[in-house]
Amino acid sequence: MAELNPRIPPGELSGKWRKHKADIRLVNPANKRKYEVIVVGAGLAGASAAASLAELGYKVSCFVFHDSPRRAHSIAAQGGINAAKNYQNDGDSVHRLFYDTVKGGDYRSRESNVHRLAEVSANIIDQCVAQGVPFAREYGGLLANRSFGGAQVSRTFYARGQTGQQLLLGAYSALSRGIAAGNITLRTHAEMLDLVVVGGHAKGIIVRNLVTGEVTRHAADAVIMATGGYGNVFNLSTYARGSNATAIWRAYKRGACFANPCFTQIHPTCIPVTGDYQSKLTLMSESLRNDGRIWVPKSKEDRLKPPASVAEADRDYYLERIYPSFGNLCPRDVASRAAKRVCDEGRGVGASGLGVYLDFSDAIGRLGESGVRERYGNLFDIYHEITNENAYKAPMRIFPAVHYTMGGLWVDYNLMSNVPGLFVLGEANFSDHGANRLGASALMQGLADGYFVIPYTVGDYLATQKPASRPRTDAAEFAQAQAGVEAMTGRLLSVKGREPVSHFHKRLGHVMWHYCGMARNKAGLEKALQEIPALREEFWASVNVPGSAATMNQSLEKAGRVADFLELGELMCRDALTREESCGCHFREEHQYPDGECKRDDANFAHVAAWEFAGEGRAPVRNVEPLVYESVKMSVRNYK
Amino acid sequence: MSTGTFSVTLRVWRQPGPGQPGSFHDYAAHGVNPDMSFLEMLDVVNDELTVKGGEPIAFAHDCREGICGTCSLTIDGKPHGPRHGVATCQTYMRDYREGDVIVIEPFRARAFPVIKDLVTDRSAFDRIQQAGGFITARTGSAPEANASPIAKGVADLAMDAAQCIGCGACVAACKNSSAMLFVAAKVSHLGLLPQGQPERERRVLAMVKTMDEAGFGGCTNQFECTAACPKVISYDFIARMNRDYTKAIFKSAFKSAPSGGGEG
Repeated sequence: MAELNPRIPPGELSGKWRKHKADIRLVNPANKRKYEVIVVGAGLAGASAAASLAELGYKVSCFVFHDSPRRAHSIAAQGGINAAKNYQNDGDSVHRLFYDTVKGGDYRSRESNVHRLAEVSANIIDQCVAQGVPFAREYGGLLANRSFGGAQVSRTFYARGQTGQQLLLGAYSALSRGIAAGNITLRTHAEMLDLVVVGGHAKGIIVRNLVTGEVTRHAADAVIMATGGYGNVFNLSTYARGSNATAIWRAYKRGACFANPCFTQIHPTCIPVTGDYQSKLTLMSESLRNDGRIWVPKSKEDRLKPPASVAEADRDYYLERIYPSFGNLCPRDVASRAAKRVCDEGRGVGASGLGVYLDFSDAIGRLGESGVRERYGNLFDIYHEITNENAYKAPMRIFPAVHYTMGGLWVDYNLMSNVPGLFVLGEANFSDHGANRLGASALMQGLADGYFVIPYTVGDYLATQKPASRPRTDAAEFAQAQAGVEAMTGRLLSVKGREPVSHFHKRLGHVMWHYCGMARNKAGLEKALQEIPALREEFWASVNVPGSAATMNQSLEKAGRVADFLELGELMCRDALTREESCGCHFREEHQYPDGECKRDDANFAHVAAWEFAGEGRAPVRNVEPLVYESVKMSVRNYK
Repeated sequence: MSTGTFSVTLRVWRQPGPGQPGSFHDYAAHGVNPDMSFLEMLDVVNDELTVKGGEPIAFAHDCREGICGTCSLTIDGKPHGPRHGVATCQTYMRDYREGDVIVIEPFRARAFPVIKDLVTDRSAFDRIQQAGGFITARTGSAPEANASPIAKGVADLAMDAAQCIGCGACVAACKNSSAMLFVAAKVSHLGLLPQGQPERERRVLAMVKTMDEAGFGGCTNQFECTAACPKVISYDFIARMNRDYTKAIFKSAFKSAPSGGGEG
């Protein structure tokens, strides 16, 4: 069994981080340059970590599989970033942001980590403004805010509908500065395919160059993974096509525990699926719920009528009806399930019946079309490009889609995994969002981890490692890991079967969506646990990966990632099956209140399930980290 | 939503590797649904090629929602295809008809060498950014965000420039393969903001120098860049950059170091 010590500092909650920073070990400035740190990924968490660590004097190597660090999928985040600035004078505070996040996560996150996140949130805004991030401003020149789901204050900062892009370009500019200064070595087209563990510590990675096919070894004193989430296990999602789980999955197979893998966020406002060829679902930002009203017809006979012809009295604004105090701004998991329920009742709109209206006619009446365009113009444009429909004239049709994964590699308070020397940041870790993430909190967490947590906590580990004591890349562990990577590549190319990789990815996605999606039950999950291993077997018997390993080969890249998804999907279903309760995104049909809300079982499941790899073909071990709430009282989450 | 599928012919640039000769090859795309995106149509063609034992067409793509800047096809001679103000990934097959012959090429420019088929190396853009596309703000040293108000008009204009997705369509559209719009967008975004003033002159000099060294051409005011830009970034920013550059080069000629910058 893995040792899961969260290393939560003692003392009162609000003083833990301050005290921890004062207590942890430091590396003296002259020694910092003797330490090499590998950062995998250059999204918000990776780029901010690489830039900040290089400023401290560490020698940093940053690896990205994209052609440029500016392509990471953080760039696609639309709506905003939360921070407890209380600029609106509406009663926000560090405590309130902390409390909203813990409650929003349905009491399945670690209290101490979340409090720290809320504490550093205000620094993030300062940092980004100093870098030149052009946040939206009021006429007086001060920063503007808007509201997001799960909060009753306005604490979200934004840059039109492109907040993630602007924050990422800020972090990328800091990264670029570090590269120019010679403190960061950037390797693009570099995909991490294994973690190298020497003497029980993470000391390097194996990388394949996606242009030349060359496989290389890289040693370091610590490895930081900021490789994002694994939602593409569902095939159709709002993720970029390249987003994948390979780095974290290979680290899992090297001993890092995978925490709460079944916690996947289904975002309520996405453009519905149109056909089998579809590669991508596009998000319509949650910020739209500030001004858009969600409804379906009261009677299913009206579901195919033009929306304008459905009289006001015949419409069911179901979120406003069921959750009057939060209305259209209730959290994502709650809004998604409510949409599923009305569609299950046969009241879903559009040809497929899998859609609800997001209607701006009230907002247009109040603000005028130009006022709505000013706030959301680019989102309306995206909607028009994809659907060929004008949302200023008729309501948008939306449906939930996979958007984020709260689960990820287990980390302690220092963001270090149970493998010493391996740190995990951003969406790739599990720590801050519990069973449901609130809108505009992913950007906050990525930048908190990279700018304001890891610069302190990595030193606490490195101080225990002698300067320049990292192993050489000719060590046996590196050779063995490289041989493993090359063997898997060879195996994928040698199957020469009938089906392209996408065939298996689509089928896996169907299984995951039906049995491990918005609603889950024992029978379905057990069926998935039969079907996924069978599909995996079929993949290895009949996948067709053309080309060679010695050139750019996009089919090979995809094949390796889908092979990992075919294993991870099984772990997600196993996790969902063993968590015999409903919480946040994890809705087990067996565990619900009569009104259809989640029924948690705090007596038996107020814990993190951290799965440990036990070897190929053997059942993984379910380790448990109990969640202890000292400051917040666990209660039934209520948005009514 | 449209219905009814159709067939088109794709005339695609195939090139096995950097510096190797390439040529056009024809492929039939059957069963094209008008609601498919252009890249989804290519996905289907690639799956068919795979099953038939061919080599799929390599093309760059990632977010498929027009923001990451990875996708980069020149379609019928137009970078990012027929529609104004969108990226390749936001191009839909409803813009095509039965029997169309669609010519697909990579973004062509000397500074963007082809890696394979339709994938090019745009790392020159990263090198330009590294030369000066930043505001030096050490982590942890930032002042309170609302300490210096910025007029809404200034912030909005900076945002107009900052929207650049770094795709390189401006370069591919320009007969001189100039990167002026890309560089001007970054220089303007940072130079408009009060935070960007200390490094303003150093930034424009360094970025323009790196741009020239990377082999991009000069600007002759044809404005094809803005026409091809998926974010429709205005060529006005080029004029702004030229003003900044002239001022900075003039000052630097009379001083040993550009004023205000250089401390990093």
